[in-house]
Amino acid sequence: MIKKFTVRINKKSHTVMVDENMPLLWLLRDILDLKGTKYGCGVGSCGACTVHLNGSAVRSCQLPISVLGRQEITTIEGLAEKGDHPVQKAWLDEDVAQCGYCQAGQIMSAVALLNNTPKPTEEDIDNFMTGNICRCGTYIRIKKAILKAATSN
Amino acid sequence: MMLGISWFASAKSEAILVSLDAEPTWEQLTSYIKITPDNVVKIFSPNPEFGQNVMTSLPMLIAEELDIDFNAVQVEQANYSLALYNRQFTGGSQSIRQAWKLLRTAGASARQMILTAASQEWNVPITELTTANGMVMHSFSGKSATYGSFASAASKIQVPKDIVLKENKNFRLLGTPQKNVEGPKIVKGEPLFGMDYQVNGMLIAMTERPQAFGMRLKSFDPTAAKKMPGIVDIFPIQLYEPTQKLAMFDTRTFNEVIAVVGKTTWDVMNARKALKVVWENAPEIKEPGMGGRDNVVPAGLESTKKHYEQMLEMDKKPGRVERKDGDPEKAFAEAKHVIERTYTAPFLAHNIMEPTNTFAHVQGDKVKIVGPIQGPDMVATTIATRLGIPKENIEIQLARMGGGFGRRAYGHYMLEAVLISKQINAPVKLIYKREDDMTAGIYRPMYQMTYRAAFDDKKSLTALHIKGGGVPESPLHANRFPAGTLDNYLAESWTIPSNVTIGAFRAPRSNFNAAAEQSFLDEISEYMGKDPIAFRLELLQRAKDNPVGKNNDYDPARYMGVLELVRDKSGWGKPENTDKKRGVSAYFCHNSYAAQVIDLQVKEGQVIVDQVTSALDCGVVVNPEGAKNMAEGAAIDGIGNALFGQLTLKDGRTDQKNFDTYRMIRHNEAPRKIDVHFVQNEVDPTGLGEPPFPPIFGAMANALYKATGKRFYHQPFAAQLT
Repeated sequence: MIKKFTVRINKKSHTVMVDENMPLLWLLRDILDLKGTKYGCGVGSCGACTVHLNGSAVRSCQLPISVLGRQEITTIEGLAEKGDHPVQKAWLDEDVAQCGYCQAGQIMSAVALLNNTPKPTEEDIDNFMTGNICRCGTYIRIKKAILKAATSN
Repeated sequence: MMLGISWFASAKSEAILVSLDAEPTWEQLTSYIKITPDNVVKIFSPNPEFGQNVMTSLPMLIAEELDIDFNAVQVEQANYSLALYNRQFTGGSQSIRQAWKLLRTAGASARQMILTAASQEWNVPITELTTANGMVMHSFSGKSATYGSFASAASKIQVPKDIVLKENKNFRLLGTPQKNVEGPKIVKGEPLFGMDYQVNGMLIAMTERPQAFGMRLKSFDPTAAKKMPGIVDIFPIQLYEPTQKLAMFDTRTFNEVIAVVGKTTWDVMNARKALKVVWENAPEIKEPGMGGRDNVVPAGLESTKKHYEQMLEMDKKPGRVERKDGDPEKAFAEAKHVIERTYTAPFLAHNIMEPTNTFAHVQGDKVKIVGPIQGPDMVATTIATRLGIPKENIEIQLARMGGGFGRRAYGHYMLEAVLISKQINAPVKLIYKREDDMTAGIYRPMYQMTYRAAFDDKKSLTALHIKGGGVPESPLHANRFPAGTLDNYLAESWTIPSNVTIGAFRAPRSNFNAAAEQSFLDEISEYMGKDPIAFRLELLQRAKDNPVGKNNDYDPARYMGVLELVRDKSGWGKPENTDKKRGVSAYFCHNSYAAQVIDLQVKEGQVIVDQVTSALDCGVVVNPEGAKNMAEGAAIDGIGNALFGQLTLKDGRTDQKNFDTYRMIRHNEAPRKIDVHFVQNEVDPTGLGEPPFPPIFGAMANALYKATGKRFYHQPFAAQLT
């Protein structure tokens, strides 16, 4: 059913008229033109759509608009205005990306991990990041970047 | 033929390209380079990008010879253009190999044009001029000026012939590690992919195809679906007309699909659920193929269980002889011992991370496409034929691809999008859901290979017999190692026709051939009491000194080189590594050589890969940083597919439709460490996208044997661990 919603994305309010069951992923991509959050599977299995809901990593393909209320959503675009969040910087230092499609989701998961666990062990990283698939196989670089970002804080 | 660096061709393109650049004034020097009066340099990367980072390494080739500061260069993806660029194809690990001389010549030509302009302006002999980092210097007078100050004059100079390229020892940029030029955009989530492309008035389309191979459209009722919010139209489209001859990357399966067009992705996804479609069994299709043989697409609803049974049946029949050396029948008849082993692997889905998609806008007889495609020229030819329009009317902007692996060489989705846009007379972005992507076919084939080795009473190998086949193609490379090392050798192939569509998947055929071959070599070396690396080197030495036959498709010395390097770097055979559960494999494909050692453990049914040691010979390494990333990725891709990769079918339907049922390798399953080494030589660069991948499968099987005491013959290997 189409309803009016006011949502909070990257510290801005947006009022939209959309189907209440529309996943946040498609609100971001199709309605608000925020393309950084990616579609990979639609069933919460790949992590490409990861955003923050009140600072916690969530899969936006699994979040219908109706449950959001005014909770704060952060997307990759909202991490740092100049794209220089410590995790983004570490990602560039370690030259992580190959195709790049999964990387925004990986970064959002990594930021949430570090917000929760500032000095993660390798096992912490493995456990937290298993939900993010990288088809190109940059896992080792992702781990290096997370460890680097952890030491830089 | 020096296509793409003619001044005339680049002048023709000015009108199209310059319109995108309001300020500043870009002067064009060859198809690849633009310079502003302020000395800002832009380089166009010609080949489509899917993570192999040619967008960094191809511009490096130009920048080296042009002699500029690479860190200050702006790199832009070139559009598809037959007039401007040569071979804009990504696949087969050929981009750098084919561009090595061509792009360096472009850079050197532009430098020469600038020097000519400088010598004319300063009225000095060109031989008195030098360059460094985007500056021209005349030491005798002390004059110096930027490239930019001569750019306008240089752009009017005829592109020179007889360009002399640098000697490798004078390289300043090539061979130095450079970061991915698109890194900053990627980490910010900028809209780089076809999936991200959006214009005003654009509609979203999705296509409904049969739920099973061997079926086709019978009827459909769009009434309920059309009433749903945001839906614009629903109609069938036919990709190819029955009379159209298919080209290499065309595919006729699922030739008729239903297009659902609406305003947003969510609208279209919902409408598809309300769409009533009836599918029926499709008849056999017979088309004239090459060499007077028909291409047959069989009728029927096929199942994996039956496929495996059919493959075993084929093993009992004689195959097609691809190569025979000496008298293998006699050697087997007289053998004191014969070892025979059969290896299999299932269909694999490419599982490109960015699902299939493209944007298309047809206006009259003109087509604009923005999307991911590995071979724009091939799909442009297909579209031109299908629409009956000149190829020059087709514009393709090459979007960054979220993975390719061979899948995006098959441009059927671009044809779909074009036909949809034409029908509704609007710009359209076609997208596939993950389920569409995974069930739409173009898989890595199913394969089986049986190896037989004959031994005399001294446990010497006297003959080898290989029989390889698949659904629907054989993986056999009859002229590759160990052909050429054995007096008695027989290689046969067979195929089983299928209506399950297949296509190129990272190192086609090699990706299984290596697994079977390298596992077998391991097993027979054990029987003979020989170290696996020593045994391979022994065979290769024979191929080097006294090869059997003529068509041996590998260089034994370079093949030995990677084995020796991996032996050295992995500490193979050293006492401190005795307890390691390790396996080795090596392979040659796509012009490069790769040897892999994998150390792993198996704990409670889980495989933990401690280390991969890679030894690679791809000639001169243009960008070591990008090359290492690729090699790491190939190792992880290989481990994941060897352990988990599997696409099975029951009555034409795939059992796996999404990542919840198709297992992918994840963070915690990646190797703890990957150690990559390159053979240092002066051989002109060869590819790296595919070569490191095939030997990983064999190394996994061989390491798993050490870890479990059991041999692993049938992929996916994890199935055998539980």
